[in-house]
Amino acid sequence: MKKYFEVSTKTIVATGLGAAIFTLLFMYVKIPSPVPETSFQTAYGVSSFFATLFGPIAGGLIAFIGHAISDAVQYGSPWWSWVIASGVASFIFGFAYKNTKVEEGEFKGKDILTFNIIQIIGNVIAWLVVAPILDIVIYREPVNLVFTQGAIAAVMNSISAGVLGTLLLLAYSATRTKKGSLTKK
Amino acid sequence: MKLKLFTYNVIDTPIHRLSGLTKLICFLLLTFAVMYSYDIRFILAVMVFSFIILRVSKIKFSQIKIMIIYVAIFLVTNFILTFLFSPEYGVEIYGTRHDILKVFGRYNLTLEQLLYQTTKVFKYGSVIPFGIIFLLTTDPSEFAASLNGVGVPYKVAYAVSLTLRYFPDIQRDYQNISQAQQARGLEMSKKAKFMNRFKNALLIIVPLIFSTLERIEYISNAMDLRGFGKLKSRTWYSKKSMSRGDYIAISVSLFVFAVSVLISVFINKSRFFNPFV
Repeated sequence: MKKYFEVSTKTIVATGLGAAIFTLLFMYVKIPSPVPETSFQTAYGVSSFFATLFGPIAGGLIAFIGHAISDAVQYGSPWWSWVIASGVASFIFGFAYKNTKVEEGEFKGKDILTFNIIQIIGNVIAWLVVAPILDIVIYREPVNLVFTQGAIAAVMNSISAGVLGTLLLLAYSATRTKKGSLTKK
Repeated sequence: MKLKLFTYNVIDTPIHRLSGLTKLICFLLLTFAVMYSYDIRFILAVMVFSFIILRVSKIKFSQIKIMIIYVAIFLVTNFILTFLFSPEYGVEIYGTRHDILKVFGRYNLTLEQLLYQTTKVFKYGSVIPFGIIFLLTTDPSEFAASLNGVGVPYKVAYAVSLTLRYFPDIQRDYQNISQAQQARGLEMSKKAKFMNRFKNALLIIVPLIFSTLERIEYISNAMDLRGFGKLKSRTWYSKKSMSRGDYIAISVSLFVFAVSVLISVFINKSRFFNPFV
């Protein structure tokens, strides 16, 4: 368990800069979806990528800080239940940390599967459990409304994290030196 | 896309003079007070209070126009969605039924629903000014010190301060990359085919992330060289010391918070104010 929660200076810096990218993408880079008035948040692709590289602490904080800042800048005040849910989702993405071989330059079938299973579990827990329950407890929003919103968010964010996260990790693994790429003659 | 994260102006008002820590504590206390209560009388009182503070801190309308538009859109959408999904939620909460208008099918407008939804609009509406005041009157470099002051571990506070520090740099990188790619014919809008939109977004995000990864390397090496994170606590250069004004502000916020809880516990006996019984 300990390997997930080590906090080095690099984790802190990655959190800070990752949250800056998250904030930026969360506000400006949304991919319009075929369903009107909804869009895919590219930010979750980035948070899943950072979570896989730097662990759950970095992942969770990136989404939490990024979401809180962009809400504060756009609406004046963060919508806490969803900010917390964002943090929880990306925290869970972080369990892919050191469970894939992306740092060794390999990100293939099994690794892609591991990453995506973790990513979907994270999104389902965050958007179908945490966000609606907090919405009801903190804000007393109507039950069926929050669960419908949660279900839509779970599907959309799984797609963004899945597609963009996988492609980003593939690109990243291509830049790493493969293990055992040198042979002795 | 010309947005600055914090349009912090240095003006001398009682609110600007408060320390960042005080403002963070007051912001948290006041938002929780409003979030907790569903009593429209209390919420309206807090709203008046928040507008007075907004006045005192000399925030101009032009600074907050865009936020207000976003909030208005959010409130209207939430209002309509709440009615569409749960037209009977008010009846459920207050336990009585006063029909006003038959709309169609199961959609009947009741007095209870109207009170619930109006309360909600004012509730969200009155939190916003506090957020705006906090954002626009706090020096960003003092923010990390304040977070640490309320008990957030200093490494996390430092991460937040790095975010605020590097946001403008990353925004500039993003603009450069995006314009370079658009010059090469990249289409980001709805005109592009659906599957291509992901690919096109990646063409901007990939260079952005790789340049950032490199930057992370530089910054963390620099911080390590200066011995970051070796000790259990740290001091902050920009931390202000507490003055009399700070204690007054905290007391006022504590009072509002206590009133919110006490009204709910003793007068309304629940989080909702029920005039129907």
